[in-house]
Amino acid sequence: MAIKERLSGNEAVANAMRQANLDVVAAFPITPSTEIPQYFSQYVANGKVKTVFVPVESEHSAMSACIGAEIAGARSSTATSSCGLALMYEMLGVGASLRAPVVMACITRALTGPINIHNDHSDAMAASDCGWIQLHAETAQEAYDQYLMSFLLAEDPRVQLPVMACQDGFITSHAVENIELLEDEVVSQFVGTYEPQDWLLDPTTSTAFGPYDSPAYLMEHKRQQSQAMRNALPVFKEVAAKFEQISGRKYDVIETYCTEDAERLIVLIGSSAGTAKTVVDELRSRGEKVGLVKITMFRPFPREEIAQALSGAQAVAVLDKSDPMSGIGGPVYADVCVALSQSNRRPLLVNYIYGLGGRDVRPEHIEQVFEDLKKDLRDGGWKDDYRYLAVRGE
Amino acid sequence: MSYRFKEEMSKKERFAGGHRLCAGCGAPVVVRAVLRALDEGDKAAIVSATGCLQASTFPYPYVTWEDSWLHSAFENAGATISGVEAASKALAARGKIPEGARCIAFGGDGGTYDIGFQSLSGALERGHDFMYVCYDNEAYMNTGIQRSSSTSRFADTTTSPAGSVIPGKPQNKKNLTEIVIAHRIPYVAQTTMLGNFADLHQKAHRGIYTPGPAFLNVMAPCPRGWRYDTPKLMEICKLAVETCVWPLFEVIDGEEWILNYEPKKKLPVEEFLRPQGRFRHMFKPGNEWMIQAYQEEVDRRWERLLSRCR
Repeated sequence: MAIKERLSGNEAVANAMRQANLDVVAAFPITPSTEIPQYFSQYVANGKVKTVFVPVESEHSAMSACIGAEIAGARSSTATSSCGLALMYEMLGVGASLRAPVVMACITRALTGPINIHNDHSDAMAASDCGWIQLHAETAQEAYDQYLMSFLLAEDPRVQLPVMACQDGFITSHAVENIELLEDEVVSQFVGTYEPQDWLLDPTTSTAFGPYDSPAYLMEHKRQQSQAMRNALPVFKEVAAKFEQISGRKYDVIETYCTEDAERLIVLIGSSAGTAKTVVDELRSRGEKVGLVKITMFRPFPREEIAQALSGAQAVAVLDKSDPMSGIGGPVYADVCVALSQSNRRPLLVNYIYGLGGRDVRPEHIEQVFEDLKKDLRDGGWKDDYRYLAVRGE
Repeated sequence: MSYRFKEEMSKKERFAGGHRLCAGCGAPVVVRAVLRALDEGDKAAIVSATGCLQASTFPYPYVTWEDSWLHSAFENAGATISGVEAASKALAARGKIPEGARCIAFGGDGGTYDIGFQSLSGALERGHDFMYVCYDNEAYMNTGIQRSSSTSRFADTTTSPAGSVIPGKPQNKKNLTEIVIAHRIPYVAQTTMLGNFADLHQKAHRGIYTPGPAFLNVMAPCPRGWRYDTPKLMEICKLAVETCVWPLFEVIDGEEWILNYEPKKKLPVEEFLRPQGRFRHMFKPGNEWMIQAYQEEVDRRWERLLSRCR
């Protein structure tokens, strides 16, 4: 029987960590993910888990310890945000190339410069090309569910890659929502124990990890890593099907909302999907053909699914909660453009940077985007596809 | 602990030949000696920081290490071995492996005194059961002999060149061993390659088999950086000890200081400096003050050590 609870996203993930048969957790505090190691260390202190908790002295060491533990043969996890993720940057790439299936709860927050503790996606997006699978949650329930699914995905022999299970800082991590937890025993059976093929502490043999890789070999190793990332997409679908059997909740790499006959679509990631769905409902009630595509799996990028979901639309606005300062728009927009590059029919495409540094995203902002798309279609084109939403002084 | 050189040397080699370290390099000699201190039948889980030792012992697909080995980055050997040790506890608790995995980390002075210092300090403070071995060759040798905080004063390196205005490295060598001792960990020792290797062997054995963190600081000369004739490796180490540039001592629980060797006649530092090209400029006429300053620093440290050990 599912357990009905009222939990914040952080507490939901801490519960998932408690249930996931973790061998090692190494973490360092940073707002807004701090609560996760706080809750978890209580479980350790009160004997609720057998996990070895390593309270490291930095996020770089948190990731290094997780990679060391994972390669040693132990299921390991951590949580971080913003600068913490940035400090891990070097180790993210190393962990992925070592094929260490660490699972990390990433509680997204603006990456410092200037410092700001509130939500946007600049931390996760800056780390989205490090070889980690990236899942994004809209709600605390999704954060809990996707964190648990991450272990099956990461440890699958066809994948063997680390996973970042992301949720929006404060908006999801701190807001208390109704949630259904699975029973401990059900989760334990779902995730099983970590039994890798090659591990450092294997008493029966010796194994070496982390070579100097010369030009004669590195490219082949990268090609294998690339294949593993590509495999992650269909494997996620399998994992989601298994998860549906124990939870009744359905997941896919993207979620479509009122897209089938939609003329105008918004594509976005994370908690703002809830706001956007409300606006879609409101506009639909007025007869406007609008819809939403929410990206759950950002890495690997669900190219075919996105192309399919957008194929019938006349105009699409891609909303990015980060600006990589590339001069041509946000990272989600860039990837959506690639996804559509082979399509025969391409909708009018525009990009909005929104919600930076915790800027509130209100229904009227989403409504404005749909209005803008209507105007763009009416005008038969657009001059500027790189826009900021709800910003002063433009 | 008794030490039988012949018996030790007849043990199965844990560090295979054919690695790509230079002739006359101290690092592989140190590693072989440390690994010989493992009891037969025991298996080590080894972590290496990025550096000469790491790059030269696992150029894919050739592995020098007979025990299991992991390298992930430069500045994180302390944190990585922490994770390995935590894993060994967790896996032993669930009955997958026997208890008492022998966790050993190797780092050069760059990866230990400098970029890996925080990671090492964290691991020591948390009290993981492991031994950290610093093979100290007093510069970033892997990238081409740049100065580190371990580099001796006046040493000519590629980022502290002996120039017409600045005569090599301006600062004295950081005393990392004392900083590690201040963590009050169960076992800290300073050693190098000497004679029949009894000192290094016994310290490595004690470090490996002492529960909790242990730290070995091992002087490991580099023929490229120090510019000595490669066969002189052992001679340089002996001179470092006989001049008291590199004293042999150990400290238990941060409290009990034990001096392992006191030269009958302390040699002047020139004996250590002269065979090394990195100190050549110190012997030019007019530079006598450099040798005097070097001697004063060695004397100051030696007297301080003696007072602690008495």
